[in-house]
Amino acid sequence: MSADALKTEPPKTADTFLKGLWRDNPVFVMLLGMCPVLAVTNSAINALAMGLATTFVLFMSSTIVSLVRNFIPKQVRIASFILVIATFVTVTDYALQAISLDVHKALGAFISLIVVNCMILGRSEAFASKNNVGRSMLDALGMGLGFTLACLSLGVVREILGTGTLFDVPIFGPSFEPWVIMVLPGGAFFVLGGWLLLFNWMRERKEARA
Amino acid sequence: MNTGSPLQIFLDACLINNFVLAMFLGICPFLGVSSKVETATRMGAAVTFVMLIASTCAFGIHIALETINAPYLHLISYIVVIASTVQLVEMFIKKFSPALFRALGIFLPLITTNCAILGVALFQTSRQYDFVQSLAFALGAGAGFTLALLMMAGLRERLELSDVSSVVKGAALTLMIAGVLSLAFSGFAGMGG
Repeated sequence: MSADALKTEPPKTADTFLKGLWRDNPVFVMLLGMCPVLAVTNSAINALAMGLATTFVLFMSSTIVSLVRNFIPKQVRIASFILVIATFVTVTDYALQAISLDVHKALGAFISLIVVNCMILGRSEAFASKNNVGRSMLDALGMGLGFTLACLSLGVVREILGTGTLFDVPIFGPSFEPWVIMVLPGGAFFVLGGWLLLFNWMRERKEARA
Repeated sequence: MNTGSPLQIFLDACLINNFVLAMFLGICPFLGVSSKVETATRMGAAVTFVMLIASTCAFGIHIALETINAPYLHLISYIVVIASTVQLVEMFIKKFSPALFRALGIFLPLITTNCAILGVALFQTSRQYDFVQSLAFALGAGAGFTLALLMMAGLRERLELSDVSSVVKGAALTLMIAGVLSLAFSGFAGMGG
C-alpha cells in the first residue's frame, strides 16, 4: 500500500504515535529541525540530551497549543505558538542548567535555539492546532522520540568514529586512530547524508521487490 | 566587553565561523531554497535584512532587560521582535514582488524559525558586542548565509544536468555537497585570529 492510500484512511491512535518514529520521521523523512541534529551530535550524550530537551518542549507546547486552539485568532496563531514554545524553552534552559552544567555548556546556545526548531512550530501548526489534546500529545511524543532517535543515530556514529568512545566509554583499544573529520562540522553533513543514502537505498530495494 | 574590530567580527561571522557551514544555523532554508541561484540571492537578501533589524532591536532589548534585571525574558522578547519583523518583510515582498513571494513560498514565514537570526541575537548578547560590533556581526552572518546559499544553488543548478543514480538524488546528495563545502570552509580556521 502506498503512503497516499494510508493518509486517506482515518488515522488510528497507535498510528498517530508510531508515524513519527519511522514513516514520517521528522529528520530523516521530513528534513525538519536539522540545525540541532547536525550541530550538537558530536557525542552520543549531547545528542541524547538535545533529543530529550526537544521532546519535552514539543510535548508541552503541543499540549498547550491543542488546549487553546479554539481561542486563538487565526491571524496571530504563529506568534502565539512561538510564545508558548519560547516559554517552555526558557524552562528547559534553566532546568538543564540545574541538572547538568556540563551538558548545558556543551549544548550552549542550541538550547535557546530549540525555539526556532522548525519541527516544533511545524507540529503545532500542522497537527496540534487541528486535533484534540490526547492525539496531539501522542503525536508530539512520537515525533519527539523520532527526533531523539535521529539525533542518537548521528551522535553514536560520530562519537564512535570521531573519538573511539560511546557514552565516554572507550570501545576500541588504545591503538585506535580517531577520525577527526567526524567531530568537525563536515562530518555531521557526511553522516546525515550517509544515513539518508542508506534509507533511500532500502526504499528503492523495497519498491523494486514489490 | 569584546574588543574585536568590526572588520574582524565581520570576517569571522562570514567566513571563519560561517553560520551555515561551521555553526549549522539556518540549515532548513539552506537545503530548501537552494535549488535556483536567483531565489537564493533574494532569500539571502531577505534574511540579511531581517538579521540587521533583529540585531538592532536585540541590542536595545538587552539594555532594557539589564536595567529591569529580567534576563529570563531575553529569549521570549527576541523571538517576538523577529516574528514581527518577518511579518513586516512578508507584507512588503507580497506587495512589491508577488513573483518572489510565490518563489519563496513557505520559506518566507519560516524565516521566523531560521535559527541563524535568533542565533545572531543570542550570540551578540553572550559575546557582549557593542552597537557597531553587533551590526558588523549581523552583516557578516547575513553575508555568510547568502554566500553559502549561493554556492549551494550554483552547484545544484549544475547537478540538475548531471546523471546521478536515483538512490543518491535529493537530500542525501545535497548534504554530501554541504559536507565538502564545510570542509573547504574549515580551511579558514585560524585566519585573522
